[in-house]
Amino acid sequence: MSETLKIKDLHVSTTDGKEILRGVNLEIKQGEVHALMGPNGSGKSTLGYAIMGHPGYEVTQGSITLDGKDVLAMEPNERARAGIFLAFQRPMAIPGVKMADFLRHAATNVRRPDRKEGEELIPMREFRKELNQKMEQLRMDKEFARRYVNDGFSGGEMKRAEILQLAMLRPKFAILDETDSGLDVDAVRLASQSIADIGGKDMGILIITHHEHLLEHNRPDFTHVILGGRIVETGGPELALELHKQGYDRIRAAYPEAAAADAALKENEPAGAH
Amino acid sequence: MSVTTTAAGFTQESFERFVAQRNEPGWLRELRREAWQKFESLPMPSQRDEEWMRTDIRTLRLQKFGFSSDGSPSAGAAPDGLLTHGVELGGQTIAIDSRPHTARLNEKWAAKGVLFGSLDELAASHGEVVKKHLFRAFTPGYDRFAALHAAAWSGGTLLYVPRGVTVDEPFHMLSALSSGGVDMGHTLVILEDGAEATLLAETTSLVEGGAGLHVGGIELLVGPRARLRYVNFQNWSAGVWHFAHQKALVDSDASLQWTIAALGAKLAKVNQHVALTGPGATAQVNGVMFTEGKQHLAYNTLQHHEASQCRSDLLYKAALQDDSRTVWRGMIRVDEGAQKTDGYQRNDNLMLSEHSRSDSIPGLEILADDVRCTHGSTTGRVDDEQLFYARCRGLTRKEAVRMVVTGFFQQVFDRITIESVREALGLAIARRIREYE
Ligand SMILES: Nc1ncnc2c1ncn2[C@@H]1O[C@H](COP(=O)(O)OP(=O)(O)OP(=O)(O)O)[C@@H](O)[C@H]1O
Ligand SMILES: [Mg+2]
Repeated sequence: MSETLKIKDLHVSTTDGKEILRGVNLEIKQGEVHALMGPNGSGKSTLGYAIMGHPGYEVTQGSITLDGKDVLAMEPNERARAGIFLAFQRPMAIPGVKMADFLRHAATNVRRPDRKEGEELIPMREFRKELNQKMEQLRMDKEFARRYVNDGFSGGEMKRAEILQLAMLRPKFAILDETDSGLDVDAVRLASQSIADIGGKDMGILIITHHEHLLEHNRPDFTHVILGGRIVETGGPELALELHKQGYDRIRAAYPEAAAADAALKENEPAGAH
Repeated sequence: MSVTTTAAGFTQESFERFVAQRNEPGWLRELRREAWQKFESLPMPSQRDEEWMRTDIRTLRLQKFGFSSDGSPSAGAAPDGLLTHGVELGGQTIAIDSRPHTARLNEKWAAKGVLFGSLDELAASHGEVVKKHLFRAFTPGYDRFAALHAAAWSGGTLLYVPRGVTVDEPFHMLSALSSGGVDMGHTLVILEDGAEATLLAETTSLVEGGAGLHVGGIELLVGPRARLRYVNFQNWSAGVWHFAHQKALVDSDASLQWTIAALGAKLAKVNQHVALTGPGATAQVNGVMFTEGKQHLAYNTLQHHEASQCRSDLLYKAALQDDSRTVWRGMIRVDEGAQKTDGYQRNDNLMLSEHSRSDSIPGLEILADDVRCTHGSTTGRVDDEQLFYARCRGLTRKEAVRMVVTGFFQQVFDRITIESVREALGLAIARRIREYE
């Protein structure tokens, strides 16, 4: 049965009270591809964080449900185990922890949502085999699994590592936050194809991007434009094309209130936030 | 558990009684008397002393403890060691409250002239070896605790490996404290020219939360071209006072790998001193500390380059939770003639709580001109963004903290070449990591 991730009238502030999302509505069904586009600082990453339950953001109004279950009541790890995945725009390094060990814990927990701490992990051999196979498909060197999580990774390597995690965790819903940025031309093509392969008909995907590459193999059923913390327009794949070609001038002109909010957000933006 | 020490305090009278009971050779008795004089004349260290500036022992009531009642063996069940799982041992000593409990040595090593057992017992049967080496690397007059140890030591362990003998099975030494007990064990390790051995030493408490006193001394005498791996895992209950003077002499072309792991004790004040005494000597020092509650662990380390072309490499890593505190004062001293010295020291601290505190004070004293000496220290917190990232991958907060902490220690674990030790430490630390909010 196909499940739905439903976001209704979502308002999100930072913990010190700055409102970033001002009423986001979005509904993603398993098997659908949604593109989310919008200028820098419009709230795209914040939406991803809010969906995962980042402790630095507070939901002040609205709801997020997964097939009727209240996602907002869940811890981030419970959300992951419920089948939601975020590929980070800026993944974090965990020095000293090998990618393979990290992923073995992650995969075990996500596949066995009721697992208690300290209970058995996926058997090593079985896990290794699967991991090697996935890395091969993504044309990643075996050595990668022995490296420490994102520690000293190049920008592109981090993004490839996020895709590897996506492949291993096979979530119901994936939010890919600029997973294409930092990848070279070949890598981006491979990423685009891989995401399509991983997803198939079972995954609902929200692709946050400033480029068209990822959409090549993942043709969006819907394109949403976010401005000033609100989705102001939704269209089909042609909307993504239009924005790529022509930018956000038409959008700003058509939605002056959102454009003003967007400008206000950036005014008191901390220096070097991007 | 029966009470095995007389809490008659450390008085002249109890000292005389202690010495009279022990039936030791004159030279040893004389050493004890000299040390006792020093103990009586030296002041209690205070925070006015530079070494003790950050370590407050005003609540220590030394007179609540006392000399070991006699040298008689202790009975009762021995605690389990953590370091030896799946390890074939060359020999083992167990002591409770510095009274010998078990001493065994694999026949094949005994046949090669190896001595291993209770220092008390071997001082009687092999007096000449003990007399020749005892206190070569221990200074009874260093401070009041060193003097007390030199006067009152009992039990302890001797490992002696003759010239050219390679022992490929680790030895294990376990010393346990009962509640209110006193551990005055002295460890003396002698590796003659070209000998090789590994000693895993472990100290623990029989009773969770039990009080106790340890005033210890360790001497590691690594002869020319000899190789010693020594592990010292301190896992006492949080009621134990731990004072120790530990020193290694590493002779020419010899090598020492010395790992200190500290999880227990209420308060620790340890002097760890590595002297590179012959050209080409190398020493690697690894420190793993995990503290919680109100624990206070203070380490003074000294890498003393007395000879040329020696290498010393120290890495201390501490993770602190709750209100605990660590102090590391590290010194690399290079004597005038010690050219081509390669010295390194580093201390990293990971704070798991807002209330923990660590002081890290590296120092260099260099009198030679052709040397390379570097040092560094870092103090950081567990990063919420890191934890969030891991939690987004299905790890609970506790699992995530555990991962980050394990990762933090990985660099020092990678240096420890004994698998059972790495595993035991990893598990012991993981078990202590709490749920954080
Ligand atoms: N923790 C925070 N504290 C203060 N301001 C924040 C915080 N997080 C986000 N913001 C601000 O909220 C706005 C939206 O940020 P967000 O990262 O969601 O933008 P974005 O749409 O992902 O931008 P980009 O395309 O550059 O990645 C920005 O102005 C940003 O500076
Ligand atoms: Mg962003």
